Amino acid sequence: MPIITAKTAQPTYDVVIVGSGAGGGQMAMTLTLAGLKCVMLEAGRAYDPATETPMFQRPDQAPLRGVGTPEKNFGFYDATVDGGWQVPNEPYTQGSDDPARKFWWWRARMLGGRTNHWGRISLRNGPYDFKPHSRDGLGFDWPIGYEDVEPYYTKVEQLIGVYGTNEGRENTPDSPEGVLLPAPKGRAAELLVQKHAKTVGVPVMPIHRAVLTRALDADTIPAKLFPGNEWAQKIVADSMRRRGACFWATPCGRGCSIGANYQSTTVHLPPALATGNLDILPNAHAREVLLGADGKANGVLFVDKTTGNEERVRGRIVILAASSGETVRILLNSKSASFPNGLANSSGKVGKYVMDTVGTSLVGQIPKLENVPSHNEDGAGGSHFYSPWWLYKEQLAGKLGFARGYHIEMGGSRDMPGGWNPLPDDLGQGAYGTKFKEAARRYYGSFVYLSCRGEMIPNEDSFAELDPVVKDKWGTPVIRWNWKFSEHELRQADHAQDTFTAIFSAMGGTVRRAKPKTGTEIEPGGKIIHEVGGALMGADAKRSVVNGWNQTWDVKNLFLVDASPFPSNSDKNPTLTIMALAWRTGDYIVDQAKKGNI
Amino acid sequence: MPTHDLPAPFDSGLPERMPDPAIRLPRRTVLKWFAAAAAASQVAGCLDRSGPGGLAPITAPGYGTDPLLTRVYKAGDAWPLTLTMAERTASVALADFIMPADAYGPAASKLRVVDFIDEWVSAPYPGQVNDRKIIVPGLAWLESESRRRYGAAFATLSAAQMDGICADICFEKNATAPFKVGARFFSVFRGLTAGAYYSTPAGWKAIGYEGNVPLPKFDGPPPAVLAMLEVEQTVK
Ligand SMILES: Cc1cc2nc3c(=O)[nH]c(=O)nc-3n(C[C@H](O)[C@H](O)[C@H](O)COP(=O)(O)OP(=O)(O)OC[C@H]3O[C@@H](n4cnc5c(N)ncnc54)[C@H](O)[C@@H]3O)c2cc1C
Ligand code: SF4
Repeated sequence: MPIITAKTAQPTYDVVIVGSGAGGGQMAMTLTLAGLKCVMLEAGRAYDPATETPMFQRPDQAPLRGVGTPEKNFGFYDATVDGGWQVPNEPYTQGSDDPARKFWWWRARMLGGRTNHWGRISLRNGPYDFKPHSRDGLGFDWPIGYEDVEPYYTKVEQLIGVYGTNEGRENTPDSPEGVLLPAPKGRAAELLVQKHAKTVGVPVMPIHRAVLTRALDADTIPAKLFPGNEWAQKIVADSMRRRGACFWATPCGRGCSIGANYQSTTVHLPPALATGNLDILPNAHAREVLLGADGKANGVLFVDKTTGNEERVRGRIVILAASSGETVRILLNSKSASFPNGLANSSGKVGKYVMDTVGTSLVGQIPKLENVPSHNEDGAGGSHFYSPWWLYKEQLAGKLGFARGYHIEMGGSRDMPGGWNPLPDDLGQGAYGTKFKEAARRYYGSFVYLSCRGEMIPNEDSFAELDPVVKDKWGTPVIRWNWKFSEHELRQADHAQDTFTAIFSAMGGTVRRAKPKTGTEIEPGGKIIHEVGGALMGADAKRSVVNGWNQTWDVKNLFLVDASPFPSNSDKNPTLTIMALAWRTGDYIVDQAKKGNI
Repeated sequence: MPTHDLPAPFDSGLPERMPDPAIRLPRRTVLKWFAAAAAASQVAGCLDRSGPGGLAPITAPGYGTDPLLTRVYKAGDAWPLTLTMAERTASVALADFIMPADAYGPAASKLRVVDFIDEWVSAPYPGQVNDRKIIVPGLAWLESESRRRYGAAFATLSAAQMDGICADICFEKNATAPFKVGARFFSVFRGLTAGAYYSTPAGWKAIGYEGNVPLPKFDGPPPAVLAMLEVEQTVK
């Protein structure tokens, strides 16, 4: 069962799923293991990590030593197909020319979407993160709480495999005993940051990432995930056994041919396909959800990119998981007599309250890290340590001047060199010859990167709408983005810069550039690629798009399982929550279908 | 599985009998070759491309948004190389002066750094096109400076003579007015040379990168490193 074409699709399915990333992948797995027949439409091409991942390829084996270009923004080897800040033939526009009001939209057009190259940082939202409005009067509460999602966080962590530690910190949930995989050892720079950040009050500890620091226990986990369903357990166990443990080399952003980290294409889709209940239709760009006379969705109209033809596929239930911006686009383009402003948009909230993560970074040069004896620090192909937000109490007491927190992601610089000059001119002081090599070796590994990843509060000025004029190559109207940060985000970024400066100075290091004017340090919207919101989840049908089951109020057999329903975007990276909610929604669908409610 | 050896021998695509200017040539070969080139073109060093038919725009397409990632690319595979023989020859000499053979590792030419520089300045992307406008005229500047000072092609200069020129242009911040252009060129050229040099296994060794090899377990920094940093491993 298989990858199909528009011609070989069945006339009708139980469920049509649009998108194959974190949300679509989880949904396909949950539903097919429950016996539902699904078709998955994916706008990009089929993609096989086992054969397509450049694992050990060196920079000197790539054009331009692998550095980023307008065609491969994050480097030649990055696992992004037909994507990046621009996608061929699929433009997007901006509501304003002001660079500060621009939204950067990162997309990928491939099976598995952005989960092939994401950073694998997998943090749970805490209890406060579901009720932010109750806590400080800003933004929106979710109609569900941590306790509703907790069982699914645990299931997803067990399925995908997440390393980390339980630290018992405020609003930074522990996982049940035995769920997390062992944290990798700290690297030199990470340990040094940990030691010195403490002196300025910033705690540093193992981060949580979806990487198998040891093989998953395929003998016991499947029974916990699919109790009472032996058929599902066997399929999932087989799939788990095919995933290797991390071998401590090769950057995860290239993808992982041995399946040692989470990608939809190595974790969710293989077991879903193994059920025999999933057809995957690549190069199929969903344009509209089709609505029946009964007011229910009954299929999806899509463009077959291999022919340019419009095609239809039918299903009793429709799931959108196209990434939040694209899900908004599909809804707004699905116009009908009953929904002249777009499907499921009787509230007028479709496209509203788009959020990204607050991002700002600083690089420090640390003399103590100069001339460190050479040693292998590849590790788990991404960060090992981070700082969860540590000032909840001060913030609640109103001492900080901004309402929401951030965590700090960090990295040293002993990673694979190549492509770029490792020795900045100001440090090289004109060196050439053996002197240059001496200095390059001295400074290699002495740079430390600290990045703020903070919560943004939803606002009225950050939204997505259809561009009235511009269409993509296939004639479908495109998204026009509108963006604005509030003082909360600007001050938060400022606070982060001050914190980073303090950490570097505690380490005896220097900041690589002087602190600029307040508020100029924040990365533009979208740059952190944590695109969430646009189809608000709420308790009130008049003021939100979906209910607490990711189910649209207006069309009860239509579900949105990417990040579009997020009413808030805590500092915790969104993908683990996308998967947890998708699984929860999948269980709900199975239950409701059994009861004949949808 | 990975292979860690060097790519297959480079095919420069140049006519036979021409010297392959990716490697360091014997001085007398360069002299002979320059004499022939100069006689043919009437332009000293024939590196000046500012005239008509000069610095041609790059028209080749890029590698696209879905290139094959698992093959081994050589310079020239993604788009045609565009440096002239003379430019390549000067580049080889300068790159070797910046990255000579020493205790850290081989000379730049051993790692075919010039191929990378040629690929870089021949690439169709805006960043590289900008560097092209610095590197190609910069090489011409270097050549004419060499002739002005020593009456000889840069590639034929002695180490002391090269040092004479490089000392004036090696640090942009300190370069005096007549050397500003040369210094800008040198900074970009040195950056490209280093970027290429350190992307190879020999370069990794030179800088102290150990990695890109599968390991059964990850132990973190060795005790000597922990001691030097005065830290303890906190993950047990
Ligand atoms: C470099 C990078 C690093 C990241 N790091 C992290 C991290 O460490 N932690 C974290 O939590 N998040 C991270 N993210 C974000 C993470 O990748 C996304 O949150 C996640 O992939 C979203 O899942 P999704 O299913 O909503 O969308 P996607 O993964 O984007 O998948 C959507 C899929 O739908 C397809 N599609 C789109 N439109 C249509 C259409 N109309 N019809 C059919 N198919 C369509 C797309 O082609 C795509 O394959 C990172 C992202 C990037 C790019
Ligand atoms: S570091 Fe580990 S998980 Fe990441 S790509 Fe390499 S082997 Fe896979």
